[in-house]
Amino acid sequence: MTDALPPVVVHLPRSLVALFPGTERRMEARGRTVAEVIDDLDTRVPGLRNRLVDAGPAIRTHLNVFVAGERAGLDSHVSPGDDIHVIPAVSGG
Amino acid sequence: MATRHALLLGTRKGAFVLDGDGDRRSWSLRGPMCDGWPIHDVTREASTGAILAGGGSPWYGPAVWRSDDLGRTWTHSSEGLTYGDGGPNVVTVWNVTPAHGVVYAGVEPAGLFRSGDGGRTWEHVEGLTNHPTRPEWQPGAGGLCLHSIVPHREDPDRMWVAASAVGAFETRDGGRTWATRNRGVRAEFHPDRYPEFGQCVHKLVMAADGGEHLYQQNHCGVYRSVDGGLQWEEVTNGLPSDFGFPMASHPRDPQTAWTIPLNGGDRGRYMPDASAAVWRTHDGGDTWIRAGDGLPQQDAYLGVLREAMAVDDRDPVGVYFGTTTGRVYGSTDEGRTWAVLADNLPPIWSVEAAVLD
Repeated sequence: MTDALPPVVVHLPRSLVALFPGTERRMEARGRTVAEVIDDLDTRVPGLRNRLVDAGPAIRTHLNVFVAGERAGLDSHVSPGDDIHVIPAVSGG
Repeated sequence: MATRHALLLGTRKGAFVLDGDGDRRSWSLRGPMCDGWPIHDVTREASTGAILAGGGSPWYGPAVWRSDDLGRTWTHSSEGLTYGDGGPNVVTVWNVTPAHGVVYAGVEPAGLFRSGDGGRTWEHVEGLTNHPTRPEWQPGAGGLCLHSIVPHREDPDRMWVAASAVGAFETRDGGRTWATRNRGVRAEFHPDRYPEFGQCVHKLVMAADGGEHLYQQNHCGVYRSVDGGLQWEEVTNGLPSDFGFPMASHPRDPQTAWTIPLNGGDRGRYMPDASAAVWRTHDGGDTWIRAGDGLPQQDAYLGVLREAMAVDDRDPVGVYFGTTTGRVYGSTDEGRTWAVLADNLPPIWSVEAAVLD
């Protein structure tokens, strides 16, 4: 059960929350891993997981997730109170 | 209420709607929509009035967008739009086609998905991916994309699709099994000029009499088929080039179709001699007529991509196309004379004519 876990703070990029009107850029979520945190967010923002996670499953190629300042993957462990940043890669044209 | 004509545009930087008046003379632009995502195709679901847009974000992946209020607000979904965790990543959506109460999506890498709930959830049409030729499918310059979806008008179990550089396929059992439909189509880049598959279809469309009558613009020529693609006949003769991307068919006259030849796959892919023209046939491709009136006749290094030409259902038919330089041209006399309808847009990837009730 992740409900009993203390929350982590997830920071989402503008371009992501723009896809889900009403969603805040700073959200609290619960989970032991990045994957569980994303799943928790998806219960409140349906479809969010599909924007972040590709087949594999894996974080989408041009997105970076950092847990407490360290680059992370779906299986990366998160600790209570960690800040998780979702940051799009600098790309495009 | 007056009929509201609109052109639905997919561009490299979002979807746009070009609203027209009843005479199709005055147009005004709305957009960008879909949060500026690259959008390959925008269409309207006649049964619900919804606008559907297919594309993919380089950061957030593929999705089909849906608007139930004529483009004012949008939702998006890719739920089920996946080959599964063991499969390749779906990069983007190239074509969205509603038919018989179902919405189909063609994606890159090439495959077909369908939605029974208007694009909210998707199901992989595995029969096409399971075709024995699939391991040998190769991409064209635009990627390995399924770009043409042509449902049979009456029979929901029949459908044609086309992918580059794979060729055309037909199903007669609702997508469970598929057969290649490329006989008679050249593949000059292939050791066997007429292989079973591997042709670079650029656009596949159905003629007005439906059923078995198809046209295609290919990397290597223009073709017609009167037997559902079992046999194709090349009808390139009379055109300035065998290369082009879009193809459109008349909504009532099965012998009339339009194409926009470009100078060649290895010659820059712009209008021949940098002189813009749309070519039409009124005899099924036996002869072709050039129309450049209203189009730039010099220094026009324009490209027009596979989804970027459309026709409306008025009489006379309106014909429209968008360029890679972001300009929209329209004709209200079936392609004889042309006018600029919009300019300075992002590179245009798709044009669809719609009536917004």
